[in-house]
Amino acid sequence: MPELLLVEAVNDALHVEMERDDSVLVMGEDVGTLGGVFRATSGLQERFGPDRCVDTPLAEAGILGTAVGLCMAGWRPVCEMQYDAFSYPALDQLINHVGRYRWRTRGKMSFPLTIRMPYGGGVRAPELHDDSPETYYVHAPGVKVAIPSTPADAKGLLAAAIRDPDPVVVLEPKLHYRTLKEEVPEGEHVIPLGKARVAREGSDLTIVAYGAMVHVALSAAEALSGDASCEVLDLRSLKPLDEDGLLASVAKTGRVVVVQEAPRVCGFAAEVAAVLAEKAIFDLQGPVIRVTGYDVPYPYWQLEDAYMPSVARVVDAARRVLAS
Amino acid sequence: MSRVLPAEADLRRIIGDGETIPDGEVDGLGADELRALYRDMVLLRTYDERSVVYHRQGRIGTYAIFWNHEAMQAGSVLALESRDWIFPGYRESAIGLLRGMPVSTVLSWWRGHPAGWWNPQEFNVASICVPIATQVPHAVGFAWGSRLKGEDRVALALFGDGATSEGAFHEGATFAGVMKAPVILFCNNNQWAISTPLAKQTAAPTLADKAIGYGIPGVRVDGCDVLAVYEATRDAVERARAGDGPTFIEAVSYRAAPHATADDPSVYIDPERVEDERENECVGRYERYLLRMGALTQSLAEEIKQEALDLMRAGIAEAEAEPAGDVSLVFDHAYADPPPSQAHDLAELRRILGDA
Repeated sequence: MPELLLVEAVNDALHVEMERDDSVLVMGEDVGTLGGVFRATSGLQERFGPDRCVDTPLAEAGILGTAVGLCMAGWRPVCEMQYDAFSYPALDQLINHVGRYRWRTRGKMSFPLTIRMPYGGGVRAPELHDDSPETYYVHAPGVKVAIPSTPADAKGLLAAAIRDPDPVVVLEPKLHYRTLKEEVPEGEHVIPLGKARVAREGSDLTIVAYGAMVHVALSAAEALSGDASCEVLDLRSLKPLDEDGLLASVAKTGRVVVVQEAPRVCGFAAEVAAVLAEKAIFDLQGPVIRVTGYDVPYPYWQLEDAYMPSVARVVDAARRVLAS
Repeated sequence: MSRVLPAEADLRRIIGDGETIPDGEVDGLGADELRALYRDMVLLRTYDERSVVYHRQGRIGTYAIFWNHEAMQAGSVLALESRDWIFPGYRESAIGLLRGMPVSTVLSWWRGHPAGWWNPQEFNVASICVPIATQVPHAVGFAWGSRLKGEDRVALALFGDGATSEGAFHEGATFAGVMKAPVILFCNNNQWAISTPLAKQTAAPTLADKAIGYGIPGVRVDGCDVLAVYEATRDAVERARAGDGPTFIEAVSYRAAPHATADDPSVYIDPERVEDERENECVGRYERYLLRMGALTQSLAEEIKQEALDLMRAGIAEAEAEPAGDVSLVFDHAYADPPPSQAHDLAELRRILGDA
């Protein structure tokens, strides 16, 4: 198996899926000639032509809105939003149409579109290149959300998203586009949505995380290894959520810390905590503690390390749960 | 009601080429004003060129270059009174320098340091908008609101060619027309949105033609001719002050540098075209004009450039001397009246960082 960077694995998935299904069409700002500002779509226009790897005007609502129409015309669009915080003009289309249209047609029409975008902080970027917007997307009925943490998952989850009959948002941790290199299966590689991954086995505490925070969780588990055996559960997909995987881990450990980079209020960690309150209350031996970004605007980058959930903060939370 | 006509296809131009195209003049600009305008352009140019160097030296972060945009920025701002407001995008990050903003403030923003902020009311320069075209409706609302309050001040919104594809531009321009807002919608058409050329951005023959759909006059100027930019903006400001509403100005130039320090244009741009544009860049064009007109000497030009360099040296030193921001700045000012959880968050963070 070739070793690929996370961004190369995204690129590989796009090549494989476009080869496999000639209705798959990639569109977005700078995705064609340039191959995307992160080079995630590099080589697609040369291989598949400008009609299947389309440089669009600078208009995110237009990208997603025309993708709805492209679905109706029989295409399977994969829309790139250039950055997390620049995807928001598309929310009107996403909430009002993308997630509702199947329902409006009583399932007669499918909207198998994919939205993929780099997300998250820690990259010393200028203002508004750092957001973790998963809550906005996961909150929209009819829309699925996946967030890979590794190159192999970046390929497999994107392939699943493209093949899914429903709209799927895939958030790619830009911090790790070029920091992680690992073996990625060649050719077709699909990781079903809704199946979490045990990134590290343990028996005393479960750290639930997704995306870039999986690596923070793994470092925290390692830091705690002299004192406690920590399991790290990588959710991979927020909707559908692998409740069975989550509940199985918690039944084993009884203690939970949930880590997310996004601000705390109504973030996905709150959803995880709510599921545990509803379905695992008798397994829990302590409070479910969230470690999250703060409920303030993402700071300028010289202060971003103080904002982002750190290994120290996860360790601190874990010790509090373990002491309870 | 007067009828809004399609924009002229030709670009308004005042500065000649020293050969076949004769130099023109702008009424009301004496030698002192002409030299002050040169000083502004040199300041912006020096800021931009030094910033690219500072980035390479690791002293600032990723930086959006505005080389060859100085005429559009300095020319349009010169047409304003100090009470008028400027609404910049990221390509105009240093436009506050023209209003006396310290160099270190702008550098701090690019350094990701919390000192990189300003009070818009101090300079009448709004905060930089990083998403595309989002400042357009802000400027329109400000102009509209000022008119409602009976205050004589206009707003200048600066944005690029790519921005005219965004919904925020369309909606802002729609409001501007309907509300007869005293606003100038100033489009710096450098013909590229990162790698996307204008031909892929719009099928309209000119961007100024878009204005007709909003009931707004559209004019086109040579964006590398600072005097043409100034004159067109001055006309627009006069219309706005007279209660005749907004004007759309399409200033046509060429992005003769990368989009930002993280961009590699060799993948998508014709290097020969870039070379041609660099030879005809806006600061040199104006400098040669002033020399021909006798309003500037080589030695004064050198002096002005040296002054700008000195200002930059002092500015970067000042920015680098800023002490590291306290973590409380992560939390401060997000709310006038913060939720109680915030104090707890800060206390917990301090405990974990060991600086309680």
